[in-house]
Amino acid sequence: MKPRQKRFVLIGLGLVALAVAAVLVLNAFQSNLVFFFTPTQVANGEVPQGRSFRIGGMVEQGSLTREGDGLTVHFIVTDMAKRVPVMFKGILPDLFKEGKGAVAQGQLGADGTFIASEVLAKHDENYMPPEVAEALAKAKAKGAQSSSTLVVQPQ
Amino acid sequence: MIPEIGHFALILALCVAVVQGSLPIYGAAVGNAALMSVAKPAARGQFILVLLAFCCLGYAFAVKDFSVLYVASTSNSHLPLHYRLAAIWGAHEGSLLLWTFILTVWMLAVTFFSEHLPEAMRARILGVMGLVSLGFLLFMLTVSNPFERLIPAAADGRDLNPLLKDPGMVMHPPMLYMGYVGFSVAFAFAIAALLGGNLDAAWARWSRPWTTAAWCFLTVGIALGSGWAYYELGWGGWWFWDPVENASFMPWLAGTALMHSLAVTDKRGGFKVWTVLLAILAFSLSLVGTFLVRSGVLTSVHAFATDPKRGLFILVFLAIVIGGSLVLYAWRAPRVGLGGGFDMVSREAMLLGNNVLLVAALGSVFLGTLYPLFLDAMGLGKISVGPPYFDTVFVPLMTPAIFLMGIGPLAQWKKASLPDLALRLRWAFGASVVTALLLPFVLGKWTPLLSLGLLLASWIVTTAAVNVWERVSRLVGTSVMSALATLPRAYWGMVVAHCGIAVFIVGVTMVKGFEVEQDLRMNVGETSTIGGYTFRFDGVQNIKGPNYTAARGMFHVSQGGHDVTDMFPEKRHYPVQNQAMTEAAIDTGLLRDLYVSLGEPLPGGAWSVRLYHKPFIDWIWGGCLIMALGGVLAMTDRRYRLAGRREESLVSDLPNPVGPEVS
Repeated sequence: MKPRQKRFVLIGLGLVALAVAAVLVLNAFQSNLVFFFTPTQVANGEVPQGRSFRIGGMVEQGSLTREGDGLTVHFIVTDMAKRVPVMFKGILPDLFKEGKGAVAQGQLGADGTFIASEVLAKHDENYMPPEVAEALAKAKAKGAQSSSTLVVQPQ
Repeated sequence: MIPEIGHFALILALCVAVVQGSLPIYGAAVGNAALMSVAKPAARGQFILVLLAFCCLGYAFAVKDFSVLYVASTSNSHLPLHYRLAAIWGAHEGSLLLWTFILTVWMLAVTFFSEHLPEAMRARILGVMGLVSLGFLLFMLTVSNPFERLIPAAADGRDLNPLLKDPGMVMHPPMLYMGYVGFSVAFAFAIAALLGGNLDAAWARWSRPWTTAAWCFLTVGIALGSGWAYYELGWGGWWFWDPVENASFMPWLAGTALMHSLAVTDKRGGFKVWTVLLAILAFSLSLVGTFLVRSGVLTSVHAFATDPKRGLFILVFLAIVIGGSLVLYAWRAPRVGLGGGFDMVSREAMLLGNNVLLVAALGSVFLGTLYPLFLDAMGLGKISVGPPYFDTVFVPLMTPAIFLMGIGPLAQWKKASLPDLALRLRWAFGASVVTALLLPFVLGKWTPLLSLGLLLASWIVTTAAVNVWERVSRLVGTSVMSALATLPRAYWGMVVAHCGIAVFIVGVTMVKGFEVEQDLRMNVGETSTIGGYTFRFDGVQNIKGPNYTAARGMFHVSQGGHDVTDMFPEKRHYPVQNQAMTEAAIDTGLLRDLYVSLGEPLPGGAWSVRLYHKPFIDWIWGGCLIMALGGVLAMTDRRYRLAGRREESLVSDLPNPVGPEVS
């Protein structure tokens, strides 16, 4: 091969490799995106089936119960408009408390219980995960709106 | 009074930075030696002023001056002195002061170790660093002042976050910042070379030890952070692909690529334009990393909205530094000539491959870290990118890179022969394949990733051994020991650093392949066995620490009837911030760690407990330290110390050795 052709082959190979890498990366990216939903969105059925996602909200006061094995816990996450029951097996993070914000990752079970594979905690007592703060704000805004227009939402 | 002195010192430092960032660069442009000579004293003066400010803040922490807002919000009267001092970098304002202080430390180092540089080059380097420092000082003085007063003074401080009360807090941030800021030297060298139009081999040789030094600090800093997360967070993980971690990993990847590309520029005069781009990239990512972590952008992009001035300043500063240097690059780089040509099979080509792969890895981390922020900022929804993404992407990208790592050092510059390389490496390859296939069965488990990891690790070690052996056997007539001693330190540095990667890979592979994690409920007296170790729970006692109360679990560990150790994990409660914290107990060993942490108390004196058996986990950090050690060896090579003197003699001897403007 002449040097010129050689260079073309080299550049061609490089481009092909780059394209393959890009496809692989984007594919992995696409299949590992985890979306965040509020309890209202869960109740409205906007969430994907059979795919992992995150929910966030306040852990309802007095909702935390423990099964006999000591590890499986049930609690309710709410955005003050809708409530989603959550089940988690494992040790909860230090900052998990009733009446505080929490984010959980997992899948929605057939009975409407969110089966969490992970419960996330942040590092500060006063800290409200921003997703949770926004979910609460959204639900509140919606509530205010519907009451001002006197539209009763069918449950 | 003292905080005001600190504040005033910062203002003076700002004035000095203005001088340092303008006069020497202008002087270098017009060839005025008097203006250029301003750079050195200005840099030293700035160091003293920022040091003074830093000490003033330290003093305010030491004497518990809660009339300083920053002191009141990050420390507490019960906090021991060393943590009060470490609290200097416990939050946003103080970390920026630390950043600036470290920048002046690097500037000071440049003034001392730049005797061999041409005056104009040094003036430009210090000028560029002065400009960077100017940006940071302006930021601190306008929107993020650590000396801001709190009137009336607080009775007591809000205390440092309990997670930060740890020796890791004392070491990790300064180390990491030494690395981040160290890349500013490589950046300043690159910008200075662009300004002066003398991008040549000499420039690369000068900036190599600086880049390597920064890289070593960053490597150790990241390893410390990872180790800290491992024992402090109570989850037993060592890397979570958390955005905060990625923020420090991206400059590391860019820096690693930069070191290798500098080697080509130094030895062969090639890749110049690319090297400059990497230097800009490494420093830009360091800036992005600092701000991502410290400005609260990562917990939420909306942190910008809470203090819009701060967020705006950061964006403008990043735009000026990154945009400005890229514009300069676009303007100047095309004038730089190409280096020598090379064949498809040659050391240059393999280093190019290494660079492409590292940058691709960098790109994928960048995508996974910043895309969610971007989406959120656009109001298009909230997403997060899970660790599986990074794992899936990294294995296929790093596998060829590590394969090349074995061959590259043996290949000749310019043109190498593939059959010849194959012949020289056949034993290394054979031994690696056999290890990869047989060792998992000896260990009792086979998975593709386990084999792959072992293959890569033994490939690195065996090819390095072949490389050293070839070098030694070429030196005829000397004993092996004296032949080993004659090999240059830079060469040993490379071998050691590469072997560090092998150690790291062994650690990761063994942990991923063989770790046992168990969450369970344990009653008093109950036992559980994992990884051959039997843990017996002997109950919990309540203890009182200096600023916390804790439940302290007692575990007795035995193996095959023999006592191994007793472990005491704690569940602490810090009353000032009303915060609970899990303090894991870890029994460290060369071949395995045992890890116990307490969950929650359950009825009847039982506790939920986390038991981990982590084989070879310490090899992960050991590997990082070995890599850094290799870097230290490389940068202390004689040729860098002699480079200046030899350069001058070369210039006078030869017509045009490395470039027109070296003298």
